[in-house]
Amino acid sequence: MIGSKLKETFDGVVSLLIGLKITFKNFLKPNLTVHYPRKTVKPEELTGYRGHIELVPKPENPFVPRCIGCGLCRDICPSGCIEVRSKRIAEEKEIHTPHFGLQDTPLDLTRKVAPPQKTKIEIVSFELNYNYCSLCGLCVQNCPAGSLRFSKDIYLASFSSRDFEFDLLKRLEKQAQARLKEEEEWTK
Amino acid sequence: MFDLELGLDLSGDFYTRHFQPTPSEDTLILNMGPQHPSTHGVLRVILEIDGEYILRAEPVLGYIHRMQEKMGEVKRYEQYLPNMGRVDYLHALAWNWAYVGAVERLMGLEVPKRAEYIRVITCELNRINSHLLWWGAYLLDLGAFTPIMYAFQDREIVMDILQRVSGSRLTYCYYRFGGVSQDIDDIFIEKTKEFCAYLKPRLKMYKDLVTDNIILRKRVEDIGIIEEETLRKYGATGPVLRGSGIKYDVRRKEPYSVYSELDFEIPTASSKDALGRYLVRMQEIEESLKIIEQALEKIPPGPHISPQAPRRPKPPRGEVYFAVEGARGEIGVNLVSDGSAYPYRVKLRSPSFSNLSMFPEIAKGTLLADAVSILGSLDLVIPEIDR
Ligand code: SF4
Ligand code: SF4
Repeated sequence: MIGSKLKETFDGVVSLLIGLKITFKNFLKPNLTVHYPRKTVKPEELTGYRGHIELVPKPENPFVPRCIGCGLCRDICPSGCIEVRSKRIAEEKEIHTPHFGLQDTPLDLTRKVAPPQKTKIEIVSFELNYNYCSLCGLCVQNCPAGSLRFSKDIYLASFSSRDFEFDLLKRLEKQAQARLKEEEEWTK
Repeated sequence: MFDLELGLDLSGDFYTRHFQPTPSEDTLILNMGPQHPSTHGVLRVILEIDGEYILRAEPVLGYIHRMQEKMGEVKRYEQYLPNMGRVDYLHALAWNWAYVGAVERLMGLEVPKRAEYIRVITCELNRINSHLLWWGAYLLDLGAFTPIMYAFQDREIVMDILQRVSGSRLTYCYYRFGGVSQDIDDIFIEKTKEFCAYLKPRLKMYKDLVTDNIILRKRVEDIGIIEEETLRKYGATGPVLRGSGIKYDVRRKEPYSVYSELDFEIPTASSKDALGRYLVRMQEIEESLKIIEQALEKIPPGPHISPQAPRRPKPPRGEVYFAVEGARGEIGVNLVSDGSAYPYRVKLRSPSFSNLSMFPEIAKGTLLADAVSILGSLDLVIPEIDR
């Protein structure tokens, strides 16, 4: 009885000493914590990370998004946080002057001569309410034009929810301007 | 106030109606929670104690009820995917899997082999992560502060690995109907292998530091003994069930995906106490490492998502149940479809709910400090209970 008690106490003390040894070893190891905001993680550690979504520009014009205004992202978003508004604008109608011999006829033939009206889509506004976004990625993966991607904007903090309602078109414009500036400096 | 029609005493708190003060002055009614460090979420347990001993206990649920099941009825099939990451934020991928698995079974959709292996690897990584957090948090409840720091150090590595493919660090929304949303790359495979090699000596260190520690032994040995009958009565699953010596694991009993091709053990413990549940979880981490290593060897090339995978599924009419083994037990999704793009009914079976239901029975007659240990050993995730 006393023997087993003594053994238990001895084993207990040994287990505590082993614990202390491990703690001491770790005490001497380098610090692993990233002290945000004084330090931030390296950009390569953000590979694959989903920040809020942003628009992808057309390859030929960095000011215009690839978006075709289909509204699929708005429909599929589970949180309903995307608002796209697009406008169908008619391209300048070319008016061909009628044939010389027909100019005096009372009929208005301009319509017949003009080519069929061409229209193109212009994205009027593209708003994201990031407050509700669940970062599921459904919008990005379902966009038929490949016009959406995740940004690497991860250090977001604010006192107002208004600051997380993004106008993605403006964001694209800013990015494009920054890119142009960079290119200019590069060519100098 | 007394409601004459219903005959109920509605004064005060509805949930404490069974706990009205008695003429005797020996007992004390105590609220553990809703904000209590040992409940890990907003769980409230009403206790009637005599001195330090618990006479009665009753958990009060619903503080973070978010209508996950109702949301399933008003969202389209694909729109319900992000919800799954939020039901149980610790083993989010298992819930992902249970839901996509149910829809795939309903539609008869074939999942490519590669996708199945990716699912196995990521789900097991997530299980390790969940167990590590439980380990740290449980010891924190028992008064040891350092282990959770070690656990978080390891968790960070897994989260980095999973972030690479899934884009998130906690509430994953990675699986899609017929596969996964992104293929794994060489860096993922390399990092996972590195992690497996790294964690093995760490687990030995954890054993020396914590499992063999006399203070921990005194707090978990012979505490919270759960008999088989109680477990069966309440439908407990997972490590809680295996900690009492019952070898039940959905991965083996009802094999889904490619688990039948992989070689791994189902750890059990015969002691039925908190230590048994502790040891089962620690061994499960090792088994998960074994599974990941085998899966990385066997993973075939091919597409990561089935080419037939629909963007907007419209499963045929019918009802289906799909269960997976989560870190806390059997996760089940019962799906009823009426043929439209919206599910008719989504029923989520969460293991924590059944496991918590046993608590009043096991806590009866124990010390208050042991109740904390028992509650921790059940590994509860409150959002999963309330859904
Ligand atoms: S899905 Fe793509 S193309 Fe369609 S509106 Fe959204 S961003 Fe534009
Ligand atoms: S990531 Fe998901 S929640 Fe966020 S905007 Fe896209 S579809 Fe909506």
